[in-house]
Amino acid sequence: MSLIADPRTPRASITIECRLFARYAELLGRDQLTLTLPETATVGEAIATLRSRLEQGDLLPAAPLAAVNLEHSQLDRQLRDGDELALLPPLAGG
Amino acid sequence: MAALLAEVSAPERGGAVAFLGTVRRGPDDGPVTAIEYTAYEAMVVAEFDRIIEEARARWPEAGFAARHRLGAVPTGEASIGIVAAAPHRAQAFEAGRFLIEEAKRRLPVWKRERFDDGTAQWRDA
Repeated sequence: MSLIADPRTPRASITIECRLFARYAELLGRDQLTLTLPETATVGEAIATLRSRLEQGDLLPAAPLAAVNLEHSQLDRQLRDGDELALLPPLAGG
Repeated sequence: MAALLAEVSAPERGGAVAFLGTVRRGPDDGPVTAIEYTAYEAMVVAEFDRIIEEARARWPEAGFAARHRLGAVPTGEASIGIVAAAPHRAQAFEAGRFLIEEAKRRLPVWKRERFDDGTAQWRDA
C-alpha cells in the first residue's frame, strides 16, 4: 500500500521571532519581527523569506551569520516553533 | 583589572595573565574619538559561558574572568579585559590567548566608530 498526501491539505506552520542587530537593524529600520514559515523551514529559508518579504530586505546578505536561541547556527539548521532567529552582522568585539 | 585578578587568584595558581584591549586610533583609522559598542547581550552571556566551559575542559586547574564594555568607549580606554590564572605561566598564557581569540571570533558585539566631525560608521572587525 502506498500513501499519497492530499496536496490540498494545508501544511503545518511554525512561528519564530527574528531579531536584527547593528547595521542590519539600521538598514531595515527595525530590530524585531515575527515570521510564520512552513514547519520544515531552515534558517536559510527564513532568511530568504525575510529578504523577499521585507521592504529593502534584499539589503541583507543571502548568507549572513545567524544564531538560533542564543547559539551560532548553520544555515541548514531546521527551525522549530518558538525559536528566536538572530541575524548577526560581521562580529567586531574586543 | 584588579577586580578580575581577584576573581581568579588562588594560592595554587602561580601564574596570571591579564589582557586589556583598548580603543585604538592608528595612522589609518581617521579622526576616531570613540567607539560605541552594542551587543546581543543575552547571547554574549550564553556564548561566553560556552567559551569558559571549553577553557575549563582544557585547563581544569585554571581560573578565568572577563568583562566587555558596552556603549561609548573613548580612544585609549579599555573595551575588554580578560584574565587567566593557572598553576604555571605557560598554561596561563595559553588559556588567556584562547579566551581573547574565541571572544573576538564568537561574541555578538559590534562597534561603531565616532569621528571628531560628529559622523559615525559601523566597523567590521
